[in-house]
Amino acid sequence: MRVRQLRAVLEALLFSSGEPLSAERLAEITRVDVEQVRRVLMEYAEELADDARGILLVEVAGGYALRTKPSLAEYVGRLELPRVAPLSNAALETLAIIAYKQPVTRAEIEEIRGVRCDAALATLLARRLVREAGRKDAPGRPFLYVTTRQFLEYFGLRDLADLPPPEEFEAAAARDQVGTGEERE
Amino acid sequence: MSENSAYTVSLPVFEGPLDLLLHLIDEQELDIYDIPIAQITEQYLAYVRTLRELDLEMAGEFLVMAATLMEIKARMLLPSPSAEDGAGEEAEDADPREELVRRLVEYRRFKALAQRLHDLERQHMLTYPRVPQADGEQVSDWVPVEGVSLLQLVCAFRKVLESIEDEHVAEVIREKVTVTQRMRQIEYLLDRGEGCLTFVRLFRGDRTRLEVVITFLALLELIRLGRVRCEQKRAFGEIRIFRARGGDSHGEG
Repeated sequence: MRVRQLRAVLEALLFSSGEPLSAERLAEITRVDVEQVRRVLMEYAEELADDARGILLVEVAGGYALRTKPSLAEYVGRLELPRVAPLSNAALETLAIIAYKQPVTRAEIEEIRGVRCDAALATLLARRLVREAGRKDAPGRPFLYVTTRQFLEYFGLRDLADLPPPEEFEAAAARDQVGTGEERE
Repeated sequence: MSENSAYTVSLPVFEGPLDLLLHLIDEQELDIYDIPIAQITEQYLAYVRTLRELDLEMAGEFLVMAATLMEIKARMLLPSPSAEDGAGEEAEDADPREELVRRLVEYRRFKALAQRLHDLERQHMLTYPRVPQADGEQVSDWVPVEGVSLLQLVCAFRKVLESIEDEHVAEVIREKVTVTQRMRQIEYLLDRGEGCLTFVRLFRGDRTRLEVVITFLALLELIRLGRVRCEQKRAFGEIRIFRARGGDSHGEG
C-alpha cells in the first residue's frame, strides 16, 4: 500500500471508530507493518497540527484517536452536544485513591477518606471509570478495584504512567526521611 | 413534612471529617504536625453543633471524629507515663495525635491528586471525540419492554407507592437524590453481577414518596434510552429488569 493511501485508510479507520485504536490493531486491519503505521500516523499528526485543521490526532488509552482541538472548544460547545457531567469531589477523591493505589478495596478507600464511599464508587462503576478486579485474600474477601481503559480515555491519558506524578507523595516521603534522620542523632 | 426540602442551606460542604479538619488547619495556617488539639476540637465541635441546629443530615463519621478528638485532647492532658523512663523516643511515639496526623497527611495527598484529576478532566473536556452513532439515543424499532406495557409498569409502581404511604414515615431527612444519580445506581446494581433486578427490589431503601417517584422516573428514563429492558413472564407476575444489550456500548476496560 502506498503511503498516501495508507494515510487515507488510517484516517478513515480513526474517524469511523470514535474509540482509540492501537497501532497494532491498525496494522492488523491494513496488513501493514506496525512501524510503518506509526510513521504514517506521525506524519498525519503533523499535518493536523496545522492551524487550518480542526482536529488532532491524540495518543490515549494505549491507542490513537481523533479529537477536536481544545482551542476550538468555544465553537464546538455551541453545538450543545450531550456530555457527561464532571465528576463530584467525592468521586474524584475516590478515583484518585483507586488510580494511585490500585488494586484497592472499598475499606481501604474509606480508611483514607474517612467517610463511606458507596455512592461515589457506584458512580465510578456506572461510568465504567473503575471496575472490580477479583477479591482480596483477606477476611470477608472484599472486592478489589482498579481503573479501566475508559478512565484513561476520560482523562486523556496514554497509560497509567501518564498520570500526574504524585509529587505530594515524594515531598512527604522526603520529609519523613528527614524526620527519622533527626531522631537517630 | 409535606414541604420538606422547601429550603436549602448553603454551608461549606465538606467531604468528611478529615476534610473539615484540614480546612480548619489550612484556614488558620496551623502546622499539621503540631496541631493545637484543644483549639481544633472546639472549632470542630462548633461546626458539628451548627449542622445539628440546622437539622442537616450529617454523616455518622463526623460524630466518630468528634469523639476521637475529645479522646486525644483528654490523653494530652494526662502525664505521659513513659516520660519517667527517660526514653525520649518512646515519649514521641506516645503522642496521642500521631495517628490523626498520619491520616490527615495521607488524606491531604489524595485531595491534591483529586484536584489534579479535576484539572485534567477540565482540560480534556475541551476536546470532543467523534461519537459513533450507536452511542447516541438511537431511535429504532427495537422494543425495550418485552411483555410489559407502560400501564403494567405504572400499576406496579402504584403498589409500591401505596406501601410507602402506609408506613407513615416520620422524619426522614436523606440526601436529595436526583433522577440521574438514581439511574446510575440502578445501572450499578445491574452491572454488579446480579444482571437482573426485580421491580420491587429497585425501591428497596426508598422511604418517601419523592424517592419512590424519582426511582420510577429513573427506570423509565433508562428504558427510554434503551439501557435497560423489562420482562414479565406471566400476567401479574413479577416484573424483572435487565441490562439491555443494545444500550451497552462500552468495552470492559
